[in-house]
Amino acid sequence: MHMADALLSVPVAATMYAASAVTVGVSIRTLKKDENPAKLPVMAVASALIFAGQMINYTIPGTGSSGHLCGGMLLSALLGPQAGFLSMVVILAIQALFFADGGLLALGANCWNMAFYGCFVGYYLIWRPVMCGRLFASRGEKAAMRVKIALASVLGCVLTLQLGAFSVVLETSLSGITELPFGAFAAIMQPIHLAIGAVEGLITAAVLLFVYEARPELLMDAAPTTGETAGKLSLKSTLAILAVVVVLVGGALSLLASSNPDGLEWSLFGNPDAGYSENMALDEENYGVQSAASEAAAAVQEKTAFLPDYAFQNNDSAAGTSVSGLVGAAIVAAVAAGICALGGFFRRRKTKTT
Amino acid sequence: MDKLAKAQHELRQMDELAAGSSAFHRLHPLSKLAVTVFYIALVVSFPKYDLTGLVVMLLYPVLAFQAAELRIRDCFYKLRVVLPLVCAVGLANPFFDRAPMLYLGSVSVPGGVVSMLTLMMKGVFSLMASFLLIATTKIDALCAALRQLHVPQLITSLFLLTYRYISVLLEEASAMTTAYRLRAPGQKGVHISAWGPFLGQLLLRSMDRAQELYGSMLLRGYRGEFPYCAPQKARIHDVLFFVCSIASFTPARLVNLPQLLGALFTGG
Repeated sequence: MHMADALLSVPVAATMYAASAVTVGVSIRTLKKDENPAKLPVMAVASALIFAGQMINYTIPGTGSSGHLCGGMLLSALLGPQAGFLSMVVILAIQALFFADGGLLALGANCWNMAFYGCFVGYYLIWRPVMCGRLFASRGEKAAMRVKIALASVLGCVLTLQLGAFSVVLETSLSGITELPFGAFAAIMQPIHLAIGAVEGLITAAVLLFVYEARPELLMDAAPTTGETAGKLSLKSTLAILAVVVVLVGGALSLLASSNPDGLEWSLFGNPDAGYSENMALDEENYGVQSAASEAAAAVQEKTAFLPDYAFQNNDSAAGTSVSGLVGAAIVAAVAAGICALGGFFRRRKTKTT
Repeated sequence: MDKLAKAQHELRQMDELAAGSSAFHRLHPLSKLAVTVFYIALVVSFPKYDLTGLVVMLLYPVLAFQAAELRIRDCFYKLRVVLPLVCAVGLANPFFDRAPMLYLGSVSVPGGVVSMLTLMMKGVFSLMASFLLIATTKIDALCAALRQLHVPQLITSLFLLTYRYISVLLEEASAMTTAYRLRAPGQKGVHISAWGPFLGQLLLRSMDRAQELYGSMLLRGYRGEFPYCAPQKARIHDVLFFVCSIASFTPARLVNLPQLLGALFTGG
């Protein structure tokens, strides 16, 4: 599910970076309030463990294939959502930088798709309600806990992977990368991730159940407590989550806005192409006070506008598909090959002389 | 070699590459980071049919690889991770976008093929740029540079500590997997009966290790601040590198240089 840089357009990548950065900021503030410096090494070792653990293959009985662990759910069950999110961000950054799994520009989107859903949505919507609820209470405390851990892990993994896969589809489609229709793309991605989520959930459940048997105090909301503060989402964190969602939705909508004139523009000039009458009968070309200064400003803006109408200049032109374009491209490629050959030649000479 | 051992090998290889001493290695991490991000953003922003315009962006990584004395084939090994998803998304394009875009003699090339190739090239170029950054910058220097950018201390410390611990835990997980494989020959992965205990055991030991680690950090005088290497001072080379890169990438993005070059030769 790691997205590469090439799958995102710059505005979508920047929006996702902003959303993830806000979540990082909120998480750090929450953790600072705890004032527990011992948490840093625990987070580091846990994220290193998840990193290694995700590379272990688990055999799925009867299928001959193998599955992996779901990092986000495991980390938020062990460390809590904020610390889990930061740990996941670091894992994703290391995967992107050192293993080319995901990209530098796509890091924001990957953090959102995997870490945010895995940690915050998985914890607040699934893990905590299930663990703090009174489900299966008739079976006795320990048995009920076991069932609840398994249930929360599977439900959490399935839900967070579905959300993550849907975000990948949404981000790729908004970036205009694929010609695949949105519905068809989603119809491919969602069922695949449903199966993956179920398997990952079972593996995660197995690990968490083992931890529960051996050291229940390591799990969030699983130690035998009186439950005085559990099961409540504070107003502040609710607001923070809402703010992030608003930023994300706003960013997505602003991208759509580029193709349709916005409300203000529409009310002033209408949209004759789409069959609307000219609402205020203003002439868009001649609107505004004509002056030398305004003309000069418009000329400067035309030259400097990096993102005119939220897209790059000449975006629609299928430039460079002519023969001269191909010839030029071939020359550039030959120059690049020449540079490589020269570099190799000098390197060999250098190693010979040393 | 299994996945874990391969990951260990890759990490070690990147560390060794970053320890080089070429002129490119000595550039300030911040200027390299800024140029890399700018380069990737520009590459990604090329229109989807602008295949020939994009080709010129190849020159930066190729030149920089030579300046940094790196081999391009080390980087291409990593493409196996990037290309599958990019290809999976791009392969749909030729089926949905069949309008002919280009004629090579009597053969027409549909727009979908052009956009697929552009997408793949974008994937390769952005990978080359980020590989270049990491293969020429030591991780603590990068973290010190991020601190200069006011990235929170918690993130950079966590990044450094995690990075150091990944090799330790990869080694342990690798030893455990080898031991398991030797005792369960012919089995593809961990059996369902061992799903929990296999990683669970390592998890419990790791949590104890984290406590010991914290103890040793305290004994070495840890007070919430993690010591970094001294941030490198920016020199005139670093500023020049940054300015020249931006000044050369921007025209390449705005004007289709290969087409102009081709027009010179074909007169078209």
